[in-house]
Amino acid sequence: MSKYLIDKFLFSVDRDPELTERYRTDPVELVEWWERELAGSLLNCIPHEKTTWLAFDDDERRALREHDHVALFEMGAHPFLTLTLFIALFERDHGPMEYQLAYARAMDHVTQPYPDIST
Amino acid sequence: MAELVAVVASTHHPFYYRTSTMPEAERPPFAAEWIAKIEAFRETLTAARPDVLVMVGSDHFHQLWLDNMPQFLVGKAPFFDANFHNEEREFGLPKMRLRGQEDLAAHLLRDGLDRDFDLAFSNELRIDHSITCPIITLRPEADLPIVPVYTNIFAPPLPQPRRFVALGGVIREMVESWESDLRVAVIGTGHLSLELGGPRQFGPTGPDPVFDRRAVDWIANGDVAGCLAEVSLESLHAPGNATHGFMDFMLMMGVAGEGAKADFVETVDLFHTMEAYFTWYPGGDPR
Repeated sequence: MSKYLIDKFLFSVDRDPELTERYRTDPVELVEWWERELAGSLLNCIPHEKTTWLAFDDDERRALREHDHVALFEMGAHPFLTLTLFIALFERDHGPMEYQLAYARAMDHVTQPYPDIST
Repeated sequence: MAELVAVVASTHHPFYYRTSTMPEAERPPFAAEWIAKIEAFRETLTAARPDVLVMVGSDHFHQLWLDNMPQFLVGKAPFFDANFHNEEREFGLPKMRLRGQEDLAAHLLRDGLDRDFDLAFSNELRIDHSITCPIITLRPEADLPIVPVYTNIFAPPLPQPRRFVALGGVIREMVESWESDLRVAVIGTGHLSLELGGPRQFGPTGPDPVFDRRAVDWIANGDVAGCLAEVSLESLHAPGNATHGFMDFMLMMGVAGEGAKADFVETVDLFHTMEAYFTWYPGGDPR
């Protein structure tokens, strides 16, 4: 399991409007492409200096493909990253605050302590 | 030596800009009270007539990332561009550019090392809403040079609360030992109880109003010892999963000093957070 790589996915997709839109409209394609092309990209380094060992496990890939924010939370993905990206994906289809409240309600079963978000 | 003319601690609510700039008829019902309280808060900084602002905040995974994460960082550059794409997208925040005060930044970096704070630095820092929100609320002219100080309240492992308080104390000593005749204000922003991305987010109040009341009392009374006795990295999970941002308030209590009662205290209850505003005048109230 790689909380770091999930966070890296959320971080890099959220900050790039083109990737955000691709993730909204075709998450299966985007997750597969991202893992192949961007998972190993190292910030501040040239593309040639790729990290060689980063990969999702099956549960992580599934949660990302299915836009499953509850599973991501339970895996310890950083909640701020998930929330920010998912608001960008889905707020547009809802009334004011409606999506944010539904997002919370989907996690009503979660109790404290929350999953550890340390990477 | 430089004079520390004001110490200001505030929550940073990213929706204040949008709320206060939309046409009056379209504003939500809580807007009028919120705007009036912010304008009164702004007067407390204006009255101190600062020349330079030290701005304490925390990058929200904008420029600083997990491949290379500093605990405490000082920005040293002639300018700082500000606000990121996702802040424009979600909060409607404008792009901004602020001037830097490189002499003070260099002094904090050198003197910090010599006072056992190994501060990281950045010569090309884009600052986010943790610093631009208080510029918008407190100094909307955005005309004063700044020294950004970023803290890690976001990506564990985090420094202990006592380190935030200690850094606040050291920032004060460093400002007051800066060889300059400029007037310096230290402004820092954080949160009271806050939940983001969890089941308690966006409730009718902040996730833990009891914590919020106690926190306001600690800050308003300068009760550093009482606060440190109650608050730990572990305890801050309970009031809400983003409550570690309270440690930036603890840093500001460190700047103000043990037992220093705030000269201005105000709060606003919004639907998912309590906003809180504090000003101290170390050299006396100029109003």
